[in-house]
Amino acid sequence: MSKFIRQLLPFATLTLLIAALSALEPDTFLTAENFLNVLSRSSVNGIIAMGMTAVIISGGIDLSVGSMMALAGMVGAGVMLKVGGPDAGGAAMVVGTGVGIGTGLLCGLLNGALITKLKLPPFIVTLGTMSAFRGTSYIINNSKMYDVPTYTFLGQANVLGVPVSVLILALVVLAGFFVLRYTPLGRYTYAIGSNREAAFHAGVNVDRNLIAIYGMTGLFVGLASMIQMSRTISAQPTAGISLELDIIAAVVIGGASLSGGRGTVIGTIVGTLLISFLRNGCTLLGISTNIQLVVIGAIIIGAVALDQLARSKAEAT
Amino acid sequence: MNAVQPQTAAPSGTALRMQGISKRFGPVQALCDVSFAARAGTVHALVGENGAGKSTLMKILAGVYQPDAGSVEIQGRPQTLANPAQAIEAGVSMIYQELDLAEQLTVAENIFLGAEPQGPLPWTVSHHQMAIQTRDLARQYDFDLDPATRVEDLSTGDCQIVEILKALRRNASIIVMDEPTSSLSERETVRLFEVVRQLREKGLAIIYISHRLEEIIELADEVSVLRDGQLVHSEPMAQLDIPQIVHHMVGRELNDYFPARSVEVGPTLVEVSDLSSEAGIDNVGFDVRRGEIVGMAGLVGAGRTEVARAIFGVDKKTSGRVILNGRELNIDSPSDAIASGIALLTEDRKRTGLCLELPCSYNITLPNLEQIGMGSLIKPTQEVRIAKEAGERIAVKWANPEAPTDSLSGGNQQKLLVARWLLANSTFMIFDEPTRGIDVGAKAEVYGLLNTLAQQGKAILFISSELPELFGVADRILVMRRGKLVGNLVTKETTPEQVMHLAAVEEN
Ligand SMILES: Nc1ncnc2c1ncn2[C@@H]1O[C@H](COP(=O)(O)OP(=O)(O)OP(=O)(O)O)[C@@H](O)[C@H]1O
Ligand SMILES: [Mg+2]
Repeated sequence: MSKFIRQLLPFATLTLLIAALSALEPDTFLTAENFLNVLSRSSVNGIIAMGMTAVIISGGIDLSVGSMMALAGMVGAGVMLKVGGPDAGGAAMVVGTGVGIGTGLLCGLLNGALITKLKLPPFIVTLGTMSAFRGTSYIINNSKMYDVPTYTFLGQANVLGVPVSVLILALVVLAGFFVLRYTPLGRYTYAIGSNREAAFHAGVNVDRNLIAIYGMTGLFVGLASMIQMSRTISAQPTAGISLELDIIAAVVIGGASLSGGRGTVIGTIVGTLLISFLRNGCTLLGISTNIQLVVIGAIIIGAVALDQLARSKAEAT
Repeated sequence: MNAVQPQTAAPSGTALRMQGISKRFGPVQALCDVSFAARAGTVHALVGENGAGKSTLMKILAGVYQPDAGSVEIQGRPQTLANPAQAIEAGVSMIYQELDLAEQLTVAENIFLGAEPQGPLPWTVSHHQMAIQTRDLARQYDFDLDPATRVEDLSTGDCQIVEILKALRRNASIIVMDEPTSSLSERETVRLFEVVRQLREKGLAIIYISHRLEEIIELADEVSVLRDGQLVHSEPMAQLDIPQIVHHMVGRELNDYFPARSVEVGPTLVEVSDLSSEAGIDNVGFDVRRGEIVGMAGLVGAGRTEVARAIFGVDKKTSGRVILNGRELNIDSPSDAIASGIALLTEDRKRTGLCLELPCSYNITLPNLEQIGMGSLIKPTQEVRIAKEAGERIAVKWANPEAPTDSLSGGNQQKLLVARWLLANSTFMIFDEPTRGIDVGAKAEVYGLLNTLAQQGKAILFISSELPELFGVADRILVMRRGKLVGNLVTKETTPEQVMHLAAVEEN
């Protein structure tokens, strides 16, 4: 009963926010165009947040996603330009995209391997790779960005009136939902986060599953990176600075527990949209970005505080 | 010198009176109008089946839960116990069923948690003082503990001792022990009883929860029985015996406590030889035949659990072979072991057994997804149905299989683990203290299940600290001492004294 209410909380907040903004700014906010716009802006964060959700449920954390996004972009774009020249054509774009996503995957697997094989805390490992990935993405082109003027499909094209990035986001959300709910990998993710020793004694191959989880996160980061690159038709070594904090915030607002064992895909996507609509609303209302930061900070603390409150109520009654 | 007040022995005033206590958890009425009183200088046993409400009643006394109705009086004074700190202040100390220590801290730090002696400077802690006082306290009660050991390095048995010392340090007037002996060896149990008697002499009220009725006969002055959240009986021990207590607990007679063993023992199924591990077991070798239940006795720390862990791939083997069904197994991890047909029900359900915040059904199916045909795709409704069936086979008491595991009583959590391994359908099943914390009725069910599993042609290794159940169920009894196998006895041809002797005596 009250567990239900707890899970509804982020939803309710999101609905309230949308209702309020619709009332305040009916002409600019409540339009299909604006909604699609917000969704497509959410796509990069939303996709990465799916991976982060699994990582956090498993009791870990991935601080390197922002740097990883920059690195995947730089490597993908670099290869694309090598293969196809400044006006890279279809084939070069496909190769570059594949390499970019693959880079993300490799980075994620590296995180997973370091965490499990060296038995280091995820916080430390990804703090380290956060720095290393960032450094590498600067080194690749001497701190300069790459322009990829022809690379517009993922970030700017529409299919049947819907942005491609939004379609990809939808697919990734479905995939995340499916994995966490219907596959052993998802189940083991919850078990490892809840009690790693117990999972191990129940025959769960903890290391392999953790590597898969971090690898999957890397894959999603690679994908998100390609969308980001296409949106700005460039790859920038400075992309995604402090992105990890936004992502973690979205996951936590969605009800996941940083101590592991708890979290849902639906919660995370609601958390992501909450942050995006808030930003969008503030912009439309002419509220400065500085104030937006303060508001988002308050929401993070408020959401988790409410969640805790509902939880202790549920336990005490 | 001002005269120290002589310890007045056993004033028999009422130390505790709880009246009209009710408590509901969602749909579950855990306690209904319970009135309970305990006198100073007595041991008051609180018994009842799993989920009867014993722990809940005591958690209300400890300020962990707030009752929906009812009042608590301590030493004649009404109390509001809004939180554990207030309960401790009022003189109540709890030793929980689920050990609750700060694992990263040392023995001394745990014992003095929240009351650390001050060091030479303000805001500092005198570790020296803590160590001295801890050692004194331990010596006073004949415990042998190094104050500087970290709790995570202690065995379950030693953790229990730290819990007891912590309560003693607080000078409580009421000490509640929720199944304190479920993880102690026979010898430690005897020592604990001495401590309890000492405390009783000093005039404390001890509330003692246990599923081991023999202990209650030995220790208790009074017995109260809870059944389905109601206090159904309260009487001086002198007027009761075990069958009567059981009758009050379950509301019916309980016959055939141990199953009749009539299993055809077949050819050798499991051969363990030269098994040594980094955890300190030394050249252990034994075999188990098809349909045979082999018991394993030994003191806490004798290496019984370590044998199980080495076979199951938890601890690294330094030598040894495990042959199952004529095939030598190469096991490096629990998942290898499970895939080869070995199951291990671990002794510590909180640490190595259950994922407490996940649904019960998840915990039952966790190692069995492959087994139930969900190795690549989980079908939630079907999974819940399978978990429900498995749980019902041993009468798990839950709101439903999707309820969070930590909403179950301790004994019912233990039953989940039994249900899990029944579902796994392995060939060689190792049960490490499977009846820890479960009530008489459920124990009889577990014994029956072991028997049924043996009848189905499985090989069973049954580790237990309770000799009566080993003698009641096992065909053979292995005895461990200090990491070595020192006895391999046919149950019918031996006696508990002989087993104890082998387990305890030091060769020199
Ligand atoms: N936090 C909780 N949330 C929901 N239900 C609970 C909670 N704690 C206890 N219960 C329920 O209350 C009932 C009484 O539980 P309690 O732990 O007091 O039993 P018990 O007598 O101590 O049993 P055991 O011998 O197994 O330890 C059980 O049905 C249990 O499922
Ligand atoms: Mg209990």
